Amino acid sequence: MIAGLASWLGPEEWQAVRLSLRVSLVATLASLPLGVLAAYALARWSFWGRPLLNGLVHLPLILPPVVTGYLLLLSFGRRGIFGEFLEQFGIVLSFRWTGAALAAAVMAFPLMVRAIRLALEAVDPRLEAAASTLGASPAWVFVTVTLPLILPGVVAGGVLAFAKAMGEFGATITFVSNIPGETRTIPSAIYAFLQMPGGEAAAGRLVIVSVALAMAALLASEVLARRVARRVAGA
Amino acid sequence: MTLSLSIQHRFAGFELDVAFEAPPGVTVLFGASGSGKTTLVNAVAGLLRPDAGRIVAGDWVLLDTAAGRCVPPHRRRLGYVFQEGRLFPHLTVRQNLLYGRWFAPRGAEAPSLGHVVELLGLGDLLDRRPGALSGGEMQRVAIGRALLAAPRLILADEPLAALDEARKAEILPYFERLQGELSVPMLYVSHSSAEVARLATTVVALRGGRVTAFGPPGRVLGDVAAVGARSAASVLTALVVAHQGDGLTELQTAGGPIWLPHVAAAPGSALRVRIAAQDVILSRARPEGLSALNILAGTITEIRPGEGPGAMVVLAVGPAGAVGPDRLLARITRRSAEALGLATGQACHAIVKTVAVAPEDVGIGHRAVGAGTGPGKPDQRVR
Repeated sequence: MIAGLASWLGPEEWQAVRLSLRVSLVATLASLPLGVLAAYALARWSFWGRPLLNGLVHLPLILPPVVTGYLLLLSFGRRGIFGEFLEQFGIVLSFRWTGAALAAAVMAFPLMVRAIRLALEAVDPRLEAAASTLGASPAWVFVTVTLPLILPGVVAGGVLAFAKAMGEFGATITFVSNIPGETRTIPSAIYAFLQMPGGEAAAGRLVIVSVALAMAALLASEVLARRVARRVAGA
Repeated sequence: MTLSLSIQHRFAGFELDVAFEAPPGVTVLFGASGSGKTTLVNAVAGLLRPDAGRIVAGDWVLLDTAAGRCVPPHRRRLGYVFQEGRLFPHLTVRQNLLYGRWFAPRGAEAPSLGHVVELLGLGDLLDRRPGALSGGEMQRVAIGRALLAAPRLILADEPLAALDEARKAEILPYFERLQGELSVPMLYVSHSSAEVARLATTVVALRGGRVTAFGPPGRVLGDVAAVGARSAASVLTALVVAHQGDGLTELQTAGGPIWLPHVAAAPGSALRVRIAAQDVILSRARPEGLSALNILAGTITEIRPGEGPGAMVVLAVGPAGAVGPDRLLARITRRSAEALGLATGQACHAIVKTVAVAPEDVGIGHRAVGAGTGPGKPDQRVR
């Protein structure tokens, strides 16, 4: 099926599809632990910087994507504070696919954190107290009770973030431009094809792929979430 | 293991100020809801940090606010049985049972899984998940889970409160067997005087965040001021004599033989029988032509007029045969007391209907019953 899809699409389009999948997958998996941590901090801890963290996490949801992309360029570009620091370790983000993954992760982060936080708030803290009376330290309580119970939320958050990352355009094109084979994801490719005379057919095929992938992700999340929820409900 | 406890804690509109030192065995915190029982247990478990206090289990200081010491809950090595089970829904019964064992220090003395499964009748449930269990089954698993964590002390917060009468009757014997077979010390919260009578070595009666009475169940349950007239009861020691063809069991008490609805205990075993003070009728002469089977003879030692129309009459009964002296309470009206001319030192007969003693009032006499029970614990056979 994959070979058929590759031959149906032109080489440039196929490249964009593969790149989008890779960027979104890396963005989702790399930000998932951070997402769980941020959700846990927001749901359970009270500290002075909590409103600040909450704002920071949700900012990409409200800011124009171009602004987010530009801020990423300022901070993670080769002259930016984080960019210069990371370059010492040979990590360059600007105008690379890794930068596209960072942009996608930042843009998808609020959705991911929101889903996980909702799941955390639904966990009965009395179960965690019961685990602690049975000898589990706070870290073990998290691993053996909290995490399994919020798994449906984590899965849902991950799928949502993946879908959002697949569609990210504004921040990506601002931060890492639109370089074929490096940063030209599906949305960027559609945009580029539409700028070219006679590019409508290629753009149309990518649109179909986009819709199919989004549908598949939604269905997969539904099935996965239901399966996990059934396991956790203990029936 | 003695449990010595002193706690001061203030909530909005409520102040808890409690101190006691309980001997080994089962200590029951007894009181109506809102008396501070659960707060106390949570403080022992470490789930609540009181404003000030000191909790020592045996020689181990769990909390000493003056010295700035507070052991976190996961290092206290307690087994907490909650009112609502609190089983982990994502784990099977077997995994739930073994959860605490995982964290218990190696070499800690704990019953084996097989023993606990047999004791609590969990054999058929092991591969199920909590969602597929009934309320009674869940509580049995919760008890097993607490036991298998190798606790030094078991805490139980009204573990029967969420169950219907039939399930209560099913679970209570397991707590009795816990005492008989494993002898883990226990702090048990209850508002039921039947549970107190059956389980307690020591009763701590609480009201409004203060201790109103402390001591063996026979004494505390007889203290109307502490437990209220409706809960006042005697706890008699009784030996099973024989099971009879008509479904009754004959028991020997200090005041004479009594007959109760069938009691599942072998002849010769010692029981505690709770008799509610309001179920007792008094008569100066030994009554005849009466349907009630149980007529106990005793001597009036005290008549306490209460507030309102009632009075509490205390009878000393026995000793008789192998059963040491005991104490029986009768709650009658002041008018009757005057009409009968009751006075201390008089001989008197107490009448108890057989069916007034419910199965939940009869428990295994695993410990000396306290008030009135002499030092010679009756454990030899009658006849």
